[in-house]
This record gives sequence, C-alpha cells and structure tokens, in this order.
Amino acid sequence: MEAERNMLSQESLSRIDRELEKYPGDQKKSATMSALRIAQEELGWLSNETIAFVADYLGLTDIEVFEVASFYNMYELAPVGRHKITVCTNLPCALSGGVHAAEYVKQKLGIDFNETTPDGKFTLKEGECMGACGDAPVLLVNNHHMCSWMTPEKIDQMLADLDK
Amino acid sequence: MSAKELILADLDGDRTWRLQEYIKRGGYEALKKVVSGQMSADDIIAEVKKSALRGRGGAGFPTGLKWSFMPRSFPGDKYLACNSDEGEPGTFKDRDILRYNPHTVIEGMTIAAYAMGCVRGYNYIHGEIFATYQRFEEALAEAREAGLLGQNILGSEFSFDLFAHHGYGAYICGEETALLESIEGKKGQPRFKPPFPASYGLYGKPTTINNTETFASIPFIIRDGGETFLNYGKPNNGGTKIFSISGHVNRPGNYEIEMGTPFAELLEMAGGMRGGRKIKGVIPGGSSAPVLPGDVMMDCTMDYDSISKAGSMLGSGAVIVMDESTCMVKALERLSFFYFEESCGQCTPCREGTGWLYRVVHRIEHGQGRQDDLDLLNSVTTNIMGRTICALGDAASMPVQSFVKHFGDEFQYHIDNKKCLVPPEVQYEGSKIYVSPSC
Ligand SMILES: Cc1cc2nc3c(=O)[nH]c(=O)nc-3n(C[C@H](O)[C@H](O)[C@H](O)COP(=O)(O)O)c2cc1C
Ligand code: SF4
Ligand code: FES
Repeated sequence: MEAERNMLSQESLSRIDRELEKYPGDQKKSATMSALRIAQEELGWLSNETIAFVADYLGLTDIEVFEVASFYNMYELAPVGRHKITVCTNLPCALSGGVHAAEYVKQKLGIDFNETTPDGKFTLKEGECMGACGDAPVLLVNNHHMCSWMTPEKIDQMLADLDK
Repeated sequence: MSAKELILADLDGDRTWRLQEYIKRGGYEALKKVVSGQMSADDIIAEVKKSALRGRGGAGFPTGLKWSFMPRSFPGDKYLACNSDEGEPGTFKDRDILRYNPHTVIEGMTIAAYAMGCVRGYNYIHGEIFATYQRFEEALAEAREAGLLGQNILGSEFSFDLFAHHGYGAYICGEETALLESIEGKKGQPRFKPPFPASYGLYGKPTTINNTETFASIPFIIRDGGETFLNYGKPNNGGTKIFSISGHVNRPGNYEIEMGTPFAELLEMAGGMRGGRKIKGVIPGGSSAPVLPGDVMMDCTMDYDSISKAGSMLGSGAVIVMDESTCMVKALERLSFFYFEESCGQCTPCREGTGWLYRVVHRIEHGQGRQDDLDLLNSVTTNIMGRTICALGDAASMPVQSFVKHFGDEFQYHIDNKKCLVPPEVQYEGSKIYVSPSC
C-alpha cells in the first residue's frame, strides 16, 4: 500500500484532482484519460502497476482503466526511450515530404519505426494525421510538443537539442 | 477574390486570441444580447435556421434543425459537446480556430447552451495538439474570471459551465457517439443509433454535438443576423467556410472564403500548383470524401451542392491536392492503411473489410496485384457500406471506390506491369520535403 501511495508525485495527484473537478461528482471515470496522461508524463509509460494505481485512485476496476490505456494510441504500455518522436506519414503530409522526413530521422537514429536507440534515448513511431497537415512535415516529441515544417536541418537541430 | 473572414479575421496568433482583444473585435456582444433577454431561445434557433448554417464537421447537417431536436421540457441536466477532435486527414482548421480565436468557440457554445437549456459543456480536443488544449484552458479561465461562464453569466439567471477534455490519439473519437463514450472515460467505440444523442447522450442525458467551426460561426449570426451570414454564401449553403488546403500547392494552409467561391480561385489563393505541375486529382472534403479528377474539380465551386453534384462531398472542407507526380495507388494505399488502423473493431464488416482493402491495395502497389483485384475491391466495399454501426466503414470505402473509378487505368497498369505508371524519380520529386516560402 505504501508503494502504491508513492507511485505518483503529489503534484501529479493534484493535477488529477483538478481534472476530476471538470466532471459531475458521480462521474469520476471521466477523468481516466487525463489521469493516465498525467501518470505517463511523470513515469514515461504505463505499467500494470501504474494502471492499477490510477484505477484505485479513481475508484474503478483495473480492467476499466486498462481498456482505456490500450485503446488510445498515445499511451505507452511498454517502456519507450527518453524521447518519443512520432512522425506523421499520412497522405496530406506525405505529399509534402512526411515520408522523407521520417526516412531522414530513421537514418539519423539508425532505427526503424517502433524501435528504440540502444542508448535508450529515442523511440521512433509512425503517426496518423495530427490535424496540422498544412505545416507538413510534422512530428511530435513526447506526445505534447509539435514541430512543424521539418527540414533535415531542423531535424538535426531538434535531435541535438533533445540529446543535451 | 472572395476572401471574407468572419472567424479568422485579423489574427496574429500570439496576442489577439486573448479575451480583451476578442472583446475589441465585438466579441461577447452576441452573448450579451442573448442573456439580457433581447432574444429568446426560440429566436436564437430561428436565427440559426435562417443563416442556413450547416455543420462543419463533415456531414453538413443543418445546425438550427439539429438544435430544435433537443427536448424542451426534459427535467434533468442537458449537455453540449464541441467536436475539436479533428483527425480526418487533410483537416486542420479547428486547431487554428482554437489557437487564434478560442473565445468565439466559447461564446458560440454558451449561446447554444442558452438556446437548448444545457447546463454543462465539454470541448473534446484532439490529442496531438496539446499546446492548443492548454491555450483553450487559458481562454476558459479568462472567460470564467470575467463572468462570461459559470454561475449567473453577466448577472443574468443563466448559468453554464464549460470544460476541455483532451483526447489521446484515436480518430474514431471524432464520431459523435464515440466522442461521448470517450468523455465518459471509456474506449471510444461508437454507439448504435437510435437512440440519438438528443435523447440519450452524455451520461445518458440529452446532448447536442457540433463541430468547432459550427460553434465559431454562431456569435456572428446572432450579432449580425442570420440573413447577413446567409448572404455571404448562397442559398442552402450559408456563410463563409474555412478550407484547409494541403498537398501539392505552393501555400498550403487555411483559407476562409465565401461558400460558392470557384475552386480555381481557392487554388490561386493557395499559390497555385507547386512547381507548375499539372493537377491530377483532388479530395475535396477530407480523406473520407471521394476523390475527383483535377479537371472535374476545376469546374466546381466550393459549396455543399456543387461538390456533391460532381460526385463527392464538401465534408470538413479539407482539400487535398495531388499533382501528376502522384501515384494514385500509393495514395490510396496510405489512406486504406489509416482506416484499417483506426477501425474500432466492433463491427465485423468494418474490422475485417478495412483489413482486406488495405491488403489488396498494398499488394497492387507492390507488384503482386491479381487480375480480379479491382472487382474484389469493389465487392469488399459494397459488403462494408451500410452494414456498420458508424460511418467509418463508409469513410473507408468511398476513397477506394472513387480511386478505382477515376484512376482505374493506373491500378490496371500496376497489375499488368507490376510497377507504377509514374516513374519513381518523378514521384520522388513531387513528394520531397517542401516548406512553403510563406512560413
Ligand atoms: C469516423 C468519423 C470521424 C469523424 N470525425 C470528426 C471530427 O474530427 N470532427 C468533427 O467535427 N466531426 C467529425 N465527425 C462527424 C461527427 O460525427 C458529427 O457529425 C459532427 O461533429 C457534428 O457536428 P456538425 O453538425 O457541427 O458538423 C466524424 C464522423 C465519423 C463517422
Ligand atoms: S464502422 Fe468501424 S469504426 Fe465504426 S463502429 Fe463499426 S467497427 Fe467501429
Ligand atoms: S496528414 Fe499529417 S498532420 Fe494531417
């Protein structure tokens, strides 16, 4: 029980509490998505223990929370590198170099989609439309930071900045 | 030029989204008019009907009519939801509305809530645009602070609470009932309809769902009148509309223009065709809309009626332009992969059918097509269409049918010759990294 209590920082827990305020008092389940997001921001990915902790915190069963964690693409159910890079290769982006930008990142990092560099720094993913096709090539860093109009030079710069 | 900006006018992105700037532009005047009792709920709905505003999320359903479906005398809470889950490939207008003019959405939703008697609303924001979600949260805080949201809005009897709900990567949550399931904290799997959300929606309560751009059009309609809005467009196609243009044009981006503007003019606003290459095909309404040959598109005007007469849909207003360097088989292969990947899996025809479509297009593209594959593709689509819970099944099928219909020769060439009609170096040139000079 002690370990469970310490699973997320006080800060993350208060952020989850603030999310809970958005929903009617008897609808705590509605905060599942944001609670998982906040947990993943702190811990990097969602282990079964983390999912159980979130379930317990919201008064839900583990399976209810697991169903959510496994349904949405941006949750990670296995460890990823320190930085996750997701490149959009859907058609509108592909017409303006989305696939070539992804190829360039692959070549720079020496990994393919769904792989992590041996030093554990980078994981690469293929993404679907991010609602930013006018800014192609587009990629996301760690789910929350969108980078637009990515040229090889900007990709070099981005990787160097993340590597610091 | 028919650029007429009601939603995206005079915006710079850093400062003008703030409440005080919005008020300077005439923001929240419409809300004042409403809560001060100058307009009743019926007046609002009548004004929206007069404007001929049609839903901007894809289906184009008349907004005023939708609002009139909400039960008047329902004893419990009623809800409102804004669909900012924008995940339809090619669509990127709602993100710009939310980051450049978030208060117009807040004001539009509050007026809608007043008209339908909703106590609480949620704006469901696409997972990948976290910064936009944060900005919307900030705008909500500004509005609450100023008494424009919450208890007794602007000192009136009317109270309405609005919150943002952040998605986390599932295209299907753009479907309205999947969106409700998702707000309830579940997997985003569409519900059977009926019952429709107007009778059984969020938490089982009457709920209305509209697209971001739909709500963003409301303040203007209430302030300046439905007729003024209608006159910006054409009958049955009221107002201005934001078109997201992507693909092989010189200046991809969002362009807000009057409904009924010729496509050729829109293309010109987007800087024309990149590298002077010839237009080959256009998907006029987001990836789910049937593709049209370039020359057919050049004769269309940008409104629901014209595009539908040409055999496609205006959909979300996402115009994907492809030039002669595009291999249409490869283009369809990528879209088919998307629908296969995003099917929520609860209906067999969609779950299995999208997999079939992707695998068959994939093998044609990779030189392993069989002579009867085009018939097979058509037969798989007819087995999906109309047999699923939600419209994703149709959305996956329409691109396939239309690509095969209009570019069948190119598919046949792949099958016969085991290679692309468009030489690889031409394709490479056309799809290499392109950053518009205006960025
Ligand atoms: C698979 C699928 C995805 C959809 N995605 C969106 C979306 O991202 N945004 C949206 O507003 N509507 C989307 N829709 C349409 C919604 O179900 C709904 O019709 C719309 O939000 C209603 O708002 P409107 O009447 O203002 O257009 C989607 C529909 C389907 C079937
Ligand atoms: S049509 Fe596809 S996406 Fe829609 S409910 Fe059925 S399986 Fe899910
Ligand atoms: S296709 Fe890449 S952001 Fe839309």
